[in-house]
Amino acid sequence: MTMALHCPAEAEIIAREQETRSIVSLTVRLTDTRLADRFQFQPGQFNMLYLYGIGEIAISISSDPASSDTLTHTISDVGRVSHGLTQLDVGDRIGLRGPFGRGWPLQDVRANDVIIISGGLGCAPVVPVIDYVINRREKYGRLIIMQGVKHSDDMIWRERYEAWGAHPDTQVLLAADAGGKHWNGAVGPVTELFDLAQLPTENSVAFLCGPEPMIRACVQRLLEDGLPADRIWISMERNMQCALGQCGHCQFGDRFVCKDGPVFCYADIRHLFGLKGF
Amino acid sequence: MTAHSPVNSFLPRKEFGELLSALRFGGYRCVAPKVCDGAIVYEELQLQDQLPTGISIHQAAGSYRLEITDSPRNFDWANGPQALKPFVFKSTESLWTVNRNADGTITFSESTTEPEPVAIIGVRSCDLAALALQDKHFLNSDCVDPHYQARRASLFLVAVNCTHPSDTCFCASTGDGPVAQGGFDLLLDELDDGFVIRAGSKAAQKILQTLPVEAVTGEQEEVITQQNQRAIKCQTRRLPSNNLEQVLFENLDHPRWQAVAERCLSCGNCTSVCPTCFCYSEQDTGTLDLTRSEHVREWDSCFTQGHSYIHGLTIRADTRLRYRQWLTHKLGSWHSQYGRSGCVGCGRCISWCPVGIDITEEVAAIVSGEP
Repeated sequence: MTMALHCPAEAEIIAREQETRSIVSLTVRLTDTRLADRFQFQPGQFNMLYLYGIGEIAISISSDPASSDTLTHTISDVGRVSHGLTQLDVGDRIGLRGPFGRGWPLQDVRANDVIIISGGLGCAPVVPVIDYVINRREKYGRLIIMQGVKHSDDMIWRERYEAWGAHPDTQVLLAADAGGKHWNGAVGPVTELFDLAQLPTENSVAFLCGPEPMIRACVQRLLEDGLPADRIWISMERNMQCALGQCGHCQFGDRFVCKDGPVFCYADIRHLFGLKGF
Repeated sequence: MTAHSPVNSFLPRKEFGELLSALRFGGYRCVAPKVCDGAIVYEELQLQDQLPTGISIHQAAGSYRLEITDSPRNFDWANGPQALKPFVFKSTESLWTVNRNADGTITFSESTTEPEPVAIIGVRSCDLAALALQDKHFLNSDCVDPHYQARRASLFLVAVNCTHPSDTCFCASTGDGPVAQGGFDLLLDELDDGFVIRAGSKAAQKILQTLPVEAVTGEQEEVITQQNQRAIKCQTRRLPSNNLEQVLFENLDHPRWQAVAERCLSCGNCTSVCPTCFCYSEQDTGTLDLTRSEHVREWDSCFTQGHSYIHGLTIRADTRLRYRQWLTHKLGSWHSQYGRSGCVGCGRCISWCPVGIDITEEVAAIVSGEP
């Protein structure tokens, strides 16, 4: 029995983590154990989470694909549905449809150096990638993780970043536009971190997720440093309502972000990326 | 002479009621064009007399007017505001309902669609082409929409070749009319005293065999050939027949986008009457006691503020970007998505635009290469 992608299934919140004042991670389990047992996802895919009586939003899965019986979604309180979801507690029920979309091309990048650049809550969709690479550390080259936030108070998962940084050949670089007390990362945009890492080599592949102006600046740097466009992958965000490639809202030129993405190879979308109106 | 041939036959006008009876006997509810509120609309048909008789339509940019003539014919007009879209892709459709139980658990129930078989009479060639395009979108290999699929399977399509294209029509230039090439169950050519009729499906052959048809005369064939040729020649508007995807995307900064935005009201009429526009939004409607909520989809339009909204950011905040999105999709990205343009030349977006924006004029200005 697999999930009907047109209709949600009930899921129970089994853990809730208040990451910052406005960011909450909800770990859920589908209450139908037959569905929970069969649920599998690729890093970079997303679920549609349904708040009873209000509606659905697309949230990427930020937990480890190796233990997909429970699914973590890190949610920022920015809209009607996300506000309601961040108010829920352990034991509360939501609806879940998924997984949707195409994730990061991890199979194809074995033995490459992996550069992960994220901004703000863009760190969530790349967590499964980091877990995936860390769990298969010998199959990849260097792992460089760069994360930028507006204010250092927004930097979630500091312990996780510290733990990842302790792995061999793994470099973690954090930046905040504004650093608060006890902030020992860089101060400035995430592009400031490029000078701290030896980036990139022709053997690298870069995965980016975050606000588009930040992505544009980082892609520009990567291209200037000689990384080819077909080695740069971006996770995109657009209005999504059906997640099935039918409601039309997420169209980006000829692509449906929900089914052709959300992860795109930069070479495939560079003609429209950053253009106002797309 | 009475023939029972599945090839071309002649059905006298006085026997048209026999077709309605045969369709009903075959299990179909009959829907046909009627005059309602000054326009041709598709509604339940009981009697042949309810068909529009001696009615023509004058359409122009931003204008749709019925005209009364002394013609004995029922189909002397091009089209009404709606094509087949509302029959397969409902303007409102329930997707699921969810109940909240006393213990806080929630139970989902997917809505199902069990439409009764319906015969639609008076379908135009452009609308058949649009239906084929919507099939590509809603029945594609990545995802089949169950509601569309069920409604689509319930249709029996009686097409009538269009003899009176309006001034707004340009189906000849898009290759989608005025003569239907396929996709119908029955196809009619209207003459003053009846219809030349032929079957396009096995179900239609069975129905045709029960009708009191006669052999078609050479004279009748000649009249049909002439009226079909006239229906092509009378069309003055056109779209370039080549794939415009590249040229449109090369002209995203063309000043014409701003010029059209200054006239466009961003009302979305064009997307509502467009037979291929497929966007829909989803929303919940809860009961007052909060124990039950229905999740419903409704037609949406890329001309609305909300269409491109993501938490705090509207991708297309102004009309220039919205009109550009609509046109570059309709005539451009459709090619990459579904192998052809998303326009079938029905001209509805021209007639029903409250300010009379003409898609053929806009695209000509943009692809001409001149500012």
